[in-house]
Amino acid sequence: MDNEMRALSTIAQDIAQVARSMGLDFYPVNFEIVPAEALYTFGAYGMPVRFTHWSFGKAFYKMKTQYDLNLSRIYELVINTNPAYAFLLEGNRLTQNKLVIGHVYAHVDFFKNNCYFSRTPKDMVERMGVHAEKIREYESRYGRDKVERTLDAVLAIQEHVDYRSHIGTDEKMENFPSISVQSKAEGHKCHGNACKENHVCSGNCGGNCATKEQSKVDSPKMTRAKRASLPYEDLWEDLLVDECQCSPQPEYEDLLLYLIKFAPGLEEWQRDIIGIVREESFYFYPQIETKIINEGWATFWHAKIMRELELTDAESLEFALMHSQVVQPSRMGLNPYYLGVKIWEKLAKDKPLSELFEVRESENDLSFIRNHLTRELVEELNLFNFRKIGAHWQVTENEWEKVRDNLVQQLVNGGHPRIVVLEGDFEGRGGLYLKHRHEGADLDIVYLEKTLSLVQFLWGKSVGLETVVDAKKVIFECSNGMVSHHQKTKTGENLA
Amino acid sequence: MADDIIVSRDDWSLHRKGYLDQTRHKEKVEEVIKQQLRDLIVDESIILTDGKKNTKIPMRSLEEFRFRYDLNKKNHTGQGTKKMVPGEIIGSDPTKGKGAAGNGAGEEPGQDIYEVEVTYEDLANILFAELKLPNLDDKKRPLIAHDRPEFNDVRKKGLMSNVDKKRTLLESIKRQAFSQKQNKEARLRISPEDLRYKTWETRPNFETNAVILAMMDTSGSMGQFEKYIARTFFFWMVRFLRLKYENVEIRFLAHHTEAKEVTETEFFTRGESGGTRCSSVYQYAIDLIESEYPPEHYNIYPVHFTDGDNIGSDNSKALALMQRLVEMSRVVGYGEILRTHYSSTLMSTLKRITDPKLRLVTIRERNEVYVALKTVFS
Repeated sequence: MDNEMRALSTIAQDIAQVARSMGLDFYPVNFEIVPAEALYTFGAYGMPVRFTHWSFGKAFYKMKTQYDLNLSRIYELVINTNPAYAFLLEGNRLTQNKLVIGHVYAHVDFFKNNCYFSRTPKDMVERMGVHAEKIREYESRYGRDKVERTLDAVLAIQEHVDYRSHIGTDEKMENFPSISVQSKAEGHKCHGNACKENHVCSGNCGGNCATKEQSKVDSPKMTRAKRASLPYEDLWEDLLVDECQCSPQPEYEDLLLYLIKFAPGLEEWQRDIIGIVREESFYFYPQIETKIINEGWATFWHAKIMRELELTDAESLEFALMHSQVVQPSRMGLNPYYLGVKIWEKLAKDKPLSELFEVRESENDLSFIRNHLTRELVEELNLFNFRKIGAHWQVTENEWEKVRDNLVQQLVNGGHPRIVVLEGDFEGRGGLYLKHRHEGADLDIVYLEKTLSLVQFLWGKSVGLETVVDAKKVIFECSNGMVSHHQKTKTGENLA
Repeated sequence: MADDIIVSRDDWSLHRKGYLDQTRHKEKVEEVIKQQLRDLIVDESIILTDGKKNTKIPMRSLEEFRFRYDLNKKNHTGQGTKKMVPGEIIGSDPTKGKGAAGNGAGEEPGQDIYEVEVTYEDLANILFAELKLPNLDDKKRPLIAHDRPEFNDVRKKGLMSNVDKKRTLLESIKRQAFSQKQNKEARLRISPEDLRYKTWETRPNFETNAVILAMMDTSGSMGQFEKYIARTFFFWMVRFLRLKYENVEIRFLAHHTEAKEVTETEFFTRGESGGTRCSSVYQYAIDLIESEYPPEHYNIYPVHFTDGDNIGSDNSKALALMQRLVEMSRVVGYGEILRTHYSSTLMSTLKRITDPKLRLVTIRERNEVYVALKTVFS
């Protein structure tokens, strides 16, 4: 061990002690100093080991170029495992590493204690290693192009899994009897039969009747009451009028699982690839939905810890410089470090530390913003809403509640549109029918069409997607890679 | 509680994963370039800047598609340095109005269209991989002026500055492997007997020469479009031939009813009026070849662009001269740039020449330059 390493491990131990004495509770951490190439690879792939795909190469190239041009710098990367792994960029200065180590402990404390991470497996490095190995094997057995084509399609819909599948019990698809290869065809056929009956109803009600599951959580009436204050409320009224009393058509949020179980034309290895992507998606989602709160927490604590350490004047200056770079507001959009740390600092001013620990345990970005972004903060940070009007990006609102609500809305479902599978036999030819649960924002049509054709590739037969464009209900259809669309009439005749 | 802290450092120098996938990404970019090649090679930003400027092409197929919200239709939240009032404009979309597929244009905050910058070199590499030089039968002209040293031998004696490091090392390794007392700890030693030197022989230098005779009809009917097509064609032709020949000369011959030699600028810019007599330029080319470019020493590539609107009485003379030109040359290109769907009488007359060295092309659209290049160089 050279001097630098020895110094670092002493510092890491000292800081660990300080952090624990202040109440942080984290897994043991293995630190490793890595060169920029390695760190940026982990950044692009999200993990030290992951399967191969050109999109990661693209991300890596982009990040690495920014680093080479001195435009951005990642100082560290923490992997949520037990023990945790933290990678420090080679060439970080000692003071920088002190800050980074404090930051890392707070992240690991968050991973260990935040409820949204309670389900992530703590041996994900090994699992992803196995995934990478499997995909490599598929590549050599079935050809790189075939595997790549499948991955292209699956990665396009990787967010469409049911991240809350552990909530609620029966009737969730998770609990469907798993179908073996032999009985799959049969299983699907009977599935189709069931749909035929439903189909009549779906034609009449436009597929809008609430589902059994939904009504448990969210009765239509509740929906109406809750959404009355949202934009496009007239739209909801419209949809609710359409409601009918026919037997509900089940909806499934987990598109990937649905494909694994029911896609008629997929090979076994393709199902496995969907399963792999799905599992990794489950692992990454908690990180996506806690970006602001987690980065804010780590920034809040690295500052607190640094103030406890004895620093020389020069070190204090270096720390101040780096800290201010981290929380530098970005011109457009929001710097999650800055927004997060501001909210935590405000909370620390108003509440005892024990309550802060409760918040870090029980909240994610969405609730964090909704519960703790106050009027004073919105005004202090000069937050505002803007949108595109003509060719210009124009400020539309600066009232604190509207800003807060807009942020909250952006965080719903991790910022992804919610696409559900409606059970049924689309067009009576074994098609798949998807529905976008429109919550006020329209979809990007170009992206929709391209993605839909990728879904169709996986499903094999035709695929439909129902959404709302400019307050009109539209159905996109894709068969044989060709996408077409038409407006849906009130009675839904087009469906038949 | 004592923490079990491990700080480590590994050797990551063989870690290539990111680069491997980056290579695959690059391959896919090249595929896209290939698909768009016919449009890209006529791009003004490459041709008009002599290959110095790059061109940007959208890479739709390399975007990572997903179901996502329309960024142009939703509210975003931002942060200002001061209090922002409704109505303030914080940015504009420069691509608006350019007619970009309606969606996803704009720099803020979507940064949507994924573009890749294509350099002249990228294009050249891909394009030239598809072109072939026909009738390759290198004519070499001995130049008396200088001899060229050619390193082609390795000896035990020589000049220290010419030491062959690789072979010297190999000798040293070999010697130590043969020696009885093998000492694994010992470092590789280079003894004087290991040294190997590169040596050379003096050879007479041969240079390969090619000349392009760029001929163009400058009669009134040849407009901007026609000239741009010809220019693009010659741009790529010169660069392609430079790969194959050490010296590539290009002479510009303009003609209407009479032919004369002009400068490059004049060739591509000046227009004249009057009728067209193609035989005049063929005669001029033949004279030029006979006086300056003896076919036994030069690879000759005459290329003629016209709109084909030749005086009818001239066709038989043109045919005879073209026949001679073909005999003297490597490949002769005859390109008709037409806006109509008829082909001219000159074209049908020239079709009587069956020699495969004559390549006839018709260009109606910009992107047919690519096809023309492939026809001439195949």
